[in-house]
Amino acid sequence: MIHKSAAEMAKALTNGETSSVELTQLHLDRIAAVDGDVKAFLHVDTQGALDQARSVDERRKSGEKLSPLAGIPLALKDVLAQKDVPTTAGSKILQGWLPPYDSTVVSKLKDAGIVIMGKTNMDEFAMGSSTENSGYGPTFNPWDLTRTPGGSSGGSAAAVSSFEAPLAIGSDTGGSIRQPAALTGIVGVRPTYGAVSRFGLIAYSSSLDQAGPFGRTVLDTALLHEAMAGHDPKDATSINAPVPAVVHAAKSGDVKRMKIGVIKQLQGEGYQKGVQARFDESLQVLASLGAEIVEVDCPSFEYALAAYYLIAPSECSSNLARFDAMRYGLRVGDKDGASAEAVMSATRDAGFGREVKRRIILGTYALSSGYYDAYYGSAQKIRTLIIEDYAKAFAKADVLVSPTAPTTAYKIGEKVDDPMAMYLGDVATIPVNLAGICGMSLPAGLADEDNLPVGFQIMAPAMQDQRLYQAGAALEAALLTKWGAPILSQAPALKGA
Amino acid sequence: MSSLSRDDVAKLAGLARIEMTEAELLELSSQFGLILDAVARVQEMDLSGVKATSHPQPLENIARADEVLPSLSPEAALSAAPAQEDSRFRVPQILGEAE
Repeated sequence: MIHKSAAEMAKALTNGETSSVELTQLHLDRIAAVDGDVKAFLHVDTQGALDQARSVDERRKSGEKLSPLAGIPLALKDVLAQKDVPTTAGSKILQGWLPPYDSTVVSKLKDAGIVIMGKTNMDEFAMGSSTENSGYGPTFNPWDLTRTPGGSSGGSAAAVSSFEAPLAIGSDTGGSIRQPAALTGIVGVRPTYGAVSRFGLIAYSSSLDQAGPFGRTVLDTALLHEAMAGHDPKDATSINAPVPAVVHAAKSGDVKRMKIGVIKQLQGEGYQKGVQARFDESLQVLASLGAEIVEVDCPSFEYALAAYYLIAPSECSSNLARFDAMRYGLRVGDKDGASAEAVMSATRDAGFGREVKRRIILGTYALSSGYYDAYYGSAQKIRTLIIEDYAKAFAKADVLVSPTAPTTAYKIGEKVDDPMAMYLGDVATIPVNLAGICGMSLPAGLADEDNLPVGFQIMAPAMQDQRLYQAGAALEAALLTKWGAPILSQAPALKGA
Repeated sequence: MSSLSRDDVAKLAGLARIEMTEAELLELSSQFGLILDAVARVQEMDLSGVKATSHPQPLENIARADEVLPSLSPEAALSAAPAQEDSRFRVPQILGEAE
C-alpha cells in the first residue's frame, strides 16, 4: 500500500479498503524501519497523526463529504509553524520552540483532513542546497545513503522518495523544492509567488520564499497544490485570485501544439553529461507528443546566481534580526549585569550555524552604506532584466524548460567547505524565484554514468501553474510507457524494507 | 580580487549582533574574496536606465476593517519566552547601569 500513489490511496480510503488509521500506521512503521538511515524527520508526531487519522475515519463513517486527500499522511518541512509541535527551521536557535499558532498552510492541511505525521529536516532557515546545513545533522539520499538528497527541503524529498510519506511540503526560495525533487527522483512544484500563504512560514528571503508540494506523481502533486494554495488575508502578498485548475490539467496532460521553449543559457557547458542526455531525450519525447520545440534566449540569466546571492542574504540579514533572544527561542549568557546586546550576540553566535552566519554577514555588507548601490542596487536591476527576459521568452513559448540541476546528487561533505561550488547547483532554479513565477521538477530518468535521478524543469508565467501540470503529466505518462515502471522502482531497497 | 579583512568581518559581525571567535572571523574573511568576486558580476552589465525590482508583485498597503478579532492570550504569547515576570517578557539590562 505505501508504494501506491496518494490518488490511489485516496481511492482505497473512499472504497473502504483501508482506513486512515491503518494507512498512517503503515507509514509510521516505515519511518520506524528506515528513517534511522535516511534521517528525513526531525520530529515524528505519532500520537497527533493517529488522532487526526481517527477523526477523519469517524467523519467518513458518519457520511460526511470529505476533501480528495482526506486521511492521507504527509510530511511537513520544519519551516512551517504547527501549533504545539516542535518547529525549528533546522536551527538550534529554535530548539524546543512550540509555536502557539498554526501557519495558514497547516490550517489548510488540517481542514482538508490531511494527516501531518511530522516535521522534516532542512538546511538551517532553508539556507543551503544539500540539507547538510541543518543544525541537527544531514539527511541522506535514499538512492545512495552516502549522498545528499539536495536541499533545502531535503528531508521532505527524502521522505517521499523513501516511501515514508506519499506527500510532503517544502519551501522554495532559490530551488529548494525543485532541486531536491530532482536529486531524489520525485515531483516537486514551486507555485507562483503569492499563490500559497506565507503566514507562519519562517522567513528567509520574503520576496522569494514560497511553500509548495512534493509527490511521486504529477497528479498527487497537483492534488496537494490545490489543497494548500489560495488567498489568505493574513499574508499581504497573497494573490486574491482563484487557484489555477492544476488537478484538471494533471488529469488531461496534453502537449499537442504546445510551444515549449528551451532556454539557451540553461544547458550545455557546466551540465553533467548524463543530465544533459536525459534532458535532450525528454525534449524528443515532448516533440513526439506533438509539442513544438523552440529555442529562447535569456541573456541576463547568466547574472541570476550573482543577483540571488545578494538579494537573498540581504533580506535574510534583516529577517533574522528577529532572533534576538528576547521573546522566544534560545537565550545564552543572561547573567547578572549582562547587557541585552551582549546576550543577543552570544545567543546568535551559539544558535546560528556557519552558513546562516555567512549569509547574514554577506547581506549586512551588501546593504551597508557605500556598497548598497553597487551590490544590492545592481542585483535589483538584474532582477528587472530577468523578468523582461522571461516576458520575451513567454511571448514565444507556453512553457520554458531546462534541466533542474546541473548535476545528480553529490556526496555528503563534497561541497560543504566550498560555498561557491554549492551555490552553483542553484543556477537553473533561481531565475524562477527572482521573477516570482512557477516551476516544476519531474523525473527524467537516471544518468548513465552514476544511475542517479535527473530532474526536468518546466517553468510557466505567474498564475499559469496549470501549464506545468499539463506538460508535466504528458511527459510523465510518455516516460512511464517508455520505462515500463516508475523511476523509484529502480532505487535500491533500504534496510528494513 | 575583492577581499574583506578580518577586521571588516568583525565590524559586520558587530553590526549583525553575532559574537564570533577568532577562527570564525578568519574563516569568513578567507572565504569572502571568492564570494564577493562571484556576486560582483552583477556590475558587469550596463544597468543604466534599468529600474530596480524589489519584489515580484506591485505591492500596495492592505488594511483590514478595524474590528476586534480573536488573538493569542497573554499566556500563549509568553509560552515560549526565555524568561518572564508578571505576565511580561523579562529581558536583560537594556540601559546602562546608571539607570
